[in-house]
Amino acid sequence: MKNIDEIRGDFPILNRKVYDKPLVYLDNGATTQKPQVVIDALTDVYTSYNANIHRGVHLLSDLSSEAYENARESVRSFINAGKREEIIFTSGTTGSINGIAFSFGEKYIKEGDEIIISHLEHHANIVPWQMMCERKGAVLRVIPVNDAGEIIFEEYLRMLSSKTRIVSVAQASNALGTVLPVKEIISAAHSLNIPVLIDGAQGIQHGVVDVRDMDCDFYAFSGHKVYGPTGIGCLYGKEKWLAELPPFQGGGDMVDQVTFEKTTYNELPFKFEAGTTNYPGAIGLAVALDYVTGIGRIDIENREKELLTYATGRLSDVKGLRIFGKATRKIPTISFLLDGIHQYDTGMILDKMGIAVRTGTHCAQPVMERYGIKGTVRASFCFYNTKEEIDSLVAGIEKVIIMFG
Amino acid sequence: MTINEVQDKIIDDFSFFDDWMDKYNLLIDLGKDLPVIDPKFKVKDFLIEGCQSKVWLHPDFDGKIITFTADSDAIITRGIVALLIKVLSGRTPQEIISADLYFIEKIGLRQNLSPTRSNGLLSMVRQMKLYSLAYNAKGKFNEIRK
Repeated sequence: MKNIDEIRGDFPILNRKVYDKPLVYLDNGATTQKPQVVIDALTDVYTSYNANIHRGVHLLSDLSSEAYENARESVRSFINAGKREEIIFTSGTTGSINGIAFSFGEKYIKEGDEIIISHLEHHANIVPWQMMCERKGAVLRVIPVNDAGEIIFEEYLRMLSSKTRIVSVAQASNALGTVLPVKEIISAAHSLNIPVLIDGAQGIQHGVVDVRDMDCDFYAFSGHKVYGPTGIGCLYGKEKWLAELPPFQGGGDMVDQVTFEKTTYNELPFKFEAGTTNYPGAIGLAVALDYVTGIGRIDIENREKELLTYATGRLSDVKGLRIFGKATRKIPTISFLLDGIHQYDTGMILDKMGIAVRTGTHCAQPVMERYGIKGTVRASFCFYNTKEEIDSLVAGIEKVIIMFG
Repeated sequence: MTINEVQDKIIDDFSFFDDWMDKYNLLIDLGKDLPVIDPKFKVKDFLIEGCQSKVWLHPDFDGKIITFTADSDAIITRGIVALLIKVLSGRTPQEIISADLYFIEKIGLRQNLSPTRSNGLLSMVRQMKLYSLAYNAKGKFNEIRK
């Protein structure tokens, strides 16, 4: 693995200052920073070969289409999907889940059917299913969590039934950091022939993702959370599902024949890619994935585990600091509150010290409700963070306690 | 003092400090001095919901001036709430409607009133002006009826 200075050197923004202090960026759960190679790739598209894909007869359109399809291959290889036809480019995790919730609902869901999610979900993996349930008269079931922030697996098993049509859970919780036992969740559902969607928004960037080994039916993730550009994401789906499901958007490129009487759809993956897609984003995403592969995903996982252990230890030593989410397996994300101090006050003062954290409900209000709180402060690390930055966070927190205590 | 005189006084108070920590400490103290809102007004009807922090605002109109009481669950927000109350409470609806709140920017707290900071403060200013518009309209209506 590259040494930490080399790694940090790859990310130009990490050199900047905020309020004349070095930036300590601990909001990676919201979005990750971009290495120079990704920034260069985007510039390169627009300066060297920008043209709309799949449409032109001219050279630039060929170059652009080729780069886009190569990007699809990069994503396929990164998540070890079987076929490039199973990789759909979307706007992000939210776009992917909404698409499947809509198409799956239209095709398979009828009144009284059940959809299972967990109590740990981000709103993006709650609301699309709720909308679908309302439309179809289906019922949303929620796997409860224990005090540590882990799903109660026996409750999930009890919930699975002949009424269950699909299970959709996060690979890891954005609010608490809990890693969910997705393989076990999937295998239990499969024993009843129920498909499973995995929301990989907080999983893709923290280790090796192998959709065939996991055996999920759908996998959704966002480019911007894995060091790529924003506005691009991916929906992986097993071919047997994608072939059967109707498209979730109509428009150009997704069609075969269009007459006013009837339209026939293009083949996979284009059936699900209506309109001009974010091809520069896809190309940038592929470069980001290559970058991550270059750093080494196992090394990333190990380094992040080390940071998580160090940060958990240091924060646990702070008097009056309470950590929410104490699962055995966690991504490097720590949600906490300081006794009697509002999360917003904590976040504002940390910001003034150059430390970027997130405060609030983290788009996961049901999780906050589970603990009877209105929000938390969330520090989310990744492999370019350092122990010194965690020390700065702790020093910042101690200052906050003095100010408000 | 006029609204602008109060604003100038606040700017003067804050200009005393160069360090942001001192400014925030002043805000924290201001928040502590904020007159307590009657608990019966800390309900949904008077809540201005922000994504990050909450603000409760209650108007009391005696036919001439509006007296505002308010509170927030976050201390820094409460400090800014206290400043807004200092400037706008006890004024006529017309004064409040036409007030130009330049002090926020001058004391370096503009970011706390930007629409991207969903702490309820921007909505609070809007709500204060909306109450004033309503009372102003009501006043005119009563005059016509006389």
